[in-house]
Amino acid sequence: MTEPGLYHFLFISAALFFIGVYGFFTRRNLVTMLMSVELILNSVNLNFIAFNKYLWPDRLDGVFFTIFIIAIAAAEAAVAIAIIINLYRSHQSIDVENAEELKF
Amino acid sequence: MLNATYIALIPLLPLAGFIMLGIFGRKYFKNTSGVIGTALLLASTLLALYTAYGYFFEYGRVEGVYQKLVPLKYTWLEFSRGVSIDMGIILDPISAMMLVVVTFVSLMVHIYSLAYMKGEERFPTYYAFLGLFTFSMLGLVVSSNIFQIYIFWELVGVSSFLLIGYYYDKPSAVAACKKAFIVTRFADVGFLIGILILSFYSGTLDFNTLIATLTSPESTEYKNAVTASFLGVSALTWGLVLVFVGGAGKSAMFPLHIWLPDAMEGPTPVSALIHAATMVVAGVFLVARLFPVFAISSPAALGLVGYVGAISALIAAVIACTQTDIKRVLAYSTMSQIGYMMFALGVSGYGGEEGLGYTASMFHLFTHAMFKALLFLGAGAVIHFIHSNEMKDMGGLRKYLPITHITFLIACLAIAGVPPFAGFFSKEEILLAAYQHSPTIYWIALITSGLTAFYMFRLYFSIFWNKEHHPHSGHHGEGGFAMMMPLLLLAVGAAAAGFIPFGHFVSSDGKALETGFHLQFSIAPVALALAGIFIAMWMYRRQNDKPEKIAASLNGLYKAAYHKFYIDEIYMFITRKIIFNLIGRPAAWFDKHVVDGLVNLTGDGTEMISEGIKRIQSGKVQQYAVYFLAGVIGLALLFIYVWK
Repeated sequence: MTEPGLYHFLFISAALFFIGVYGFFTRRNLVTMLMSVELILNSVNLNFIAFNKYLWPDRLDGVFFTIFIIAIAAAEAAVAIAIIINLYRSHQSIDVENAEELKF
Repeated sequence: MLNATYIALIPLLPLAGFIMLGIFGRKYFKNTSGVIGTALLLASTLLALYTAYGYFFEYGRVEGVYQKLVPLKYTWLEFSRGVSIDMGIILDPISAMMLVVVTFVSLMVHIYSLAYMKGEERFPTYYAFLGLFTFSMLGLVVSSNIFQIYIFWELVGVSSFLLIGYYYDKPSAVAACKKAFIVTRFADVGFLIGILILSFYSGTLDFNTLIATLTSPESTEYKNAVTASFLGVSALTWGLVLVFVGGAGKSAMFPLHIWLPDAMEGPTPVSALIHAATMVVAGVFLVARLFPVFAISSPAALGLVGYVGAISALIAAVIACTQTDIKRVLAYSTMSQIGYMMFALGVSGYGGEEGLGYTASMFHLFTHAMFKALLFLGAGAVIHFIHSNEMKDMGGLRKYLPITHITFLIACLAIAGVPPFAGFFSKEEILLAAYQHSPTIYWIALITSGLTAFYMFRLYFSIFWNKEHHPHSGHHGEGGFAMMMPLLLLAVGAAAAGFIPFGHFVSSDGKALETGFHLQFSIAPVALALAGIFIAMWMYRRQNDKPEKIAASLNGLYKAAYHKFYIDEIYMFITRKIIFNLIGRPAAWFDKHVVDGLVNLTGDGTEMISEGIKRIQSGKVQQYAVYFLAGVIGLALLFIYVWK
């Protein structure tokens, strides 16, 4: 059992990212799509942390960036959930197809 | 002493009246607007008299020569060094004289209108427009810059448009004001091009510098302007002729006079203002302002001025003999008298005895302002009494309108040139100047003066003698003090203005000019004038059939003159048939199909493209995400493999 290196982290991060993208593309439920977006954001966070730790261990830029993204993700989740609740109130459903009328 | 503030106030007070009455008049000064306008103009008149007195008797003359003073100059717009549009005041004999004439006549009209326009719905608006008109004309006469004069020139055009179209619910008034505006505007194009030519060659827009450079044969500007030529005529002459076209439009010279008789649709006091002091004399004033350039540098242009003036004077006099609307007779008489002023300038030379025509022209402008204002205001009193403009409705009014009758008679004698009334002296000088320089013009002028006496007394006898007047019920008097006082004051002017030794004050080079009285010379014109008066008396004193018989015997000529020599019809033919069909319609077609077509093409093209691609916005969020991802991947590939 060897010590995990940078590539392990990057592998997990890439896997999380594509799982998130796949989920975002395929789910019909808006809450699930929101969760997928969170996965994507977290994969990015993992990337930042990993690079920070392995490449510039004496600096904290990556950590700061991660905290920043977590804050933004929280705000984004609040806005997204507000939109979803409004959609539910008007359509009694949180299916993404209901939002299709927001076109030209 | 010379005080620029006082001079600047002369035009600015009427402007203040215009702004105040124009904005607040209908709400707050419904009944007092006339008094306010008149009071402001009274102040302005007093300042003008004070200024003129100071200029002529105190500081204007330096070693026997009247100076061109510029007490105020404010650079408004500078194009390049030396070429700038200034707002300034020039004080020289003609502007000082014009300040007095314009304010005085305008004051008379203001006072007269207090009674004449009483009870009009738009009374405050009327006074506001009068203020604007007076302001424009005063600004025009004091302009120190050729572009400044152009600005005020256009303002005069606009305000005359507003006043002629004052009765805007009358279709004929609307047509008349449009005609006046379009015809004068058309002439102003010539004026603008003339300004551009003159300022291009002289390198300045300032009057004093412009006149100085274009009259000194040594200056390079002068040489350039004379050597450059187009169609065999020098650029300088072209410039002056085009400026004169503008002046001819405003002064109603043949063939641009067609707007003047129609302008009679305005209220009668306005006609008095337009014809006596403002608007129509603007053209004469413009030529007088640039007179040194005309006289010294371009005798050809000056000759044109002379002949156009003489022809206008004669044609207008002939037409005036046949018209039946009293205001139209007066309109044509104005055109004829303005023609006199024009050809007096045309036959004049520059400096000393040669400049007699110039002095005579300005003198005639001065006396004409008095008696023409008087004639129009008198005609206004008659129209007020009769409620008609037609001669056939009048007759025998001498008992009913005694003051109007006497003052009108004085004005008629003055315009006919009977001594010792004002018109006699100025007309004598004009005829003398014409006699010395151009026999052709002298003979035209002599015939015209006979005709003038005839048609003025035809008017006089038709209104005040001829058949008996049978008053209707609801009879009212002459119109009270406000209407009679201007008549009396102007009558004093028309009777006595001739005794002013005008040559001492106004002459082409500023030096005093002794204008003698030549008894032998005056015999011919006075005899002709008296003959005209007696013929008119013989024909019109009592109601008879002589006029019809004579008209019938002159069949063709009478008919042509009655229809104003068909000049309106010729204009109509040229505009309707030739310009509209050959230029207007093709231009309209080009505009509709080519210009509009191009614009519509871009519009339609954009619409078609957007119609095609709008499906991309499907509303499916996940589809957008796919596009987005594809785009990101595409960009990544691009950066990794192509633009390494």
